[in-house]
Amino acid sequence: MSENGFSSDEVMTVAAARELTDRTVCFVGIGLPSTAANLARLTHAPRTVLVYESGTIGSKPATLPLSIGDGELAETADAVVPVPEIFNYWLQGGRIDVGFLGAAQIDRFGNLNSTVIGDYDHPKVRLPGGGGAPEIAAMAKQVIVIIRQSQRTFVERLHFRSSVGYGTGPGDRERLGMSGGGPTVVITDLGLLRPDPESRELTLARIHPGVELDQVRESTGWPLRVADDLRETEPPLEDELRVLRELRATLEAAA
Amino acid sequence: MADLVRLEEAVSELVHDGDSVALEGFTHLIPFAAGHEIVRQRLRDLTLIRMTPDLIYDQMIGAGCARRMIFSWGGNPGVGSLHRFRDAVENGWPAPLELEEHSHAGMANRYAAGASNIPFAVLRGYVGTELMERTGTLAPISCPFTGEMLTAVSALNPDVGIVHAQRADREGNVQIWGIIGVQKEIVLASDRSLVTVEEVVAELEPQPGAIVLPAWAVTAVAEAPRGAHPSYAHGYYDRDNGFYQRWDAISRERDTFTEWMDEHVMARAGTR
Repeated sequence: MSENGFSSDEVMTVAAARELTDRTVCFVGIGLPSTAANLARLTHAPRTVLVYESGTIGSKPATLPLSIGDGELAETADAVVPVPEIFNYWLQGGRIDVGFLGAAQIDRFGNLNSTVIGDYDHPKVRLPGGGGAPEIAAMAKQVIVIIRQSQRTFVERLHFRSSVGYGTGPGDRERLGMSGGGPTVVITDLGLLRPDPESRELTLARIHPGVELDQVRESTGWPLRVADDLRETEPPLEDELRVLRELRATLEAAA
Repeated sequence: MADLVRLEEAVSELVHDGDSVALEGFTHLIPFAAGHEIVRQRLRDLTLIRMTPDLIYDQMIGAGCARRMIFSWGGNPGVGSLHRFRDAVENGWPAPLELEEHSHAGMANRYAAGASNIPFAVLRGYVGTELMERTGTLAPISCPFTGEMLTAVSALNPDVGIVHAQRADREGNVQIWGIIGVQKEIVLASDRSLVTVEEVVAELEPQPGAIVLPAWAVTAVAEAPRGAHPSYAHGYYDRDNGFYQRWDAISRERDTFTEWMDEHVMARAGTR
């Protein structure tokens, strides 16, 4: 908790929630993405449609789910469809506006690793793997990434490319035949980055209250590009913090 | 017609050492009771197939049942690592574990292809990822009509498919509702199938959104009340999120894991 009365995770989650506009159809990963998407739904974006890979469409959970398939997600959904259908008809069919993803590592072009740390055959850390992310990253019209920023997570070279952002730079997504637009924003606990419209390289656009620019540079594994008009993130509003803390409390109550 | 049998009998008749076995249930209806019975019967060298290995495969891997795993996401949802899975991959304990890794979309399509009796499915997936180079059961393919490049994934046809469901009637017709995941696909894709159910009833009352697997499409049905715990059975009991969180500490060390398995799985034959 900073002197501002909110933690770096809270400012990150609130900043991520604000990126979701109302009435968008959002495919949600578990953990930070689910928290942020539900915060958006309960504040400024009440008609956002949350889609979970378990096949629930339009879930409106009152408590934060621990998994992508908690019963609450099915009970509050507009429709529950089989898993092959959610990926084939709804995601691949081009009906998802926003894919909301986390990862263990990200590179300067927004490519993601959620597979291994170290060598694939002899990993130092075996991570869960791609899950739904490879196709969400390829096919959602827009991708939002939420990830804590450090030398360990913002790396020069991914240990494994599980999901594609902009590949090696401009034109790669088109060459790979990807139907979706790729990452438009990466939200971290230090700030917010957007891809440069020309080079596609992630560029620091916002810095969170109380964070120094040097700190962001030191937490990035490549020479960080900074926008000319770098601004400070609007601090979380009281209402956003209240709803976020109530949501998080529902998850802890389930334990 | 599906035989209504005891779980011990069903597992000993349908599952053999070296088989490829898929225990499915996407967060919902995970067949824990059947998995525990496989552990108790000390089956070995299995190829375990599952989109989300979850706690059940963590337990089966740690108990030494698996030689190989085919999967797409191996974590404890919302909690963190599967420690027994990691120990097997990172340190070869209790035995090395070969991996065949896919994405969810790919696995779902592989099951659908298996159920449809075609050798592969086609999707716009995997392109640009390193899974393209790592996984032998996927390959680029061009559309015969337009020449567009797509990705083919080979069909999955396990020796045994096992799922949990809410209920069956005395004929062995199975009813499933809530998140239905890939339950239907895996039963139809597998050579032999076992469905465990919360209860056997005289008549299946209609439920919103329910699917029915006809008795003649299922090999065996076994009653296993609370057989999906700590996952859940919609309409019967909720997901035990507290257990999923506690599993992190139980499974972190080999000793505490083995102790837990001895007490809660090995010593509990037929008492679930």
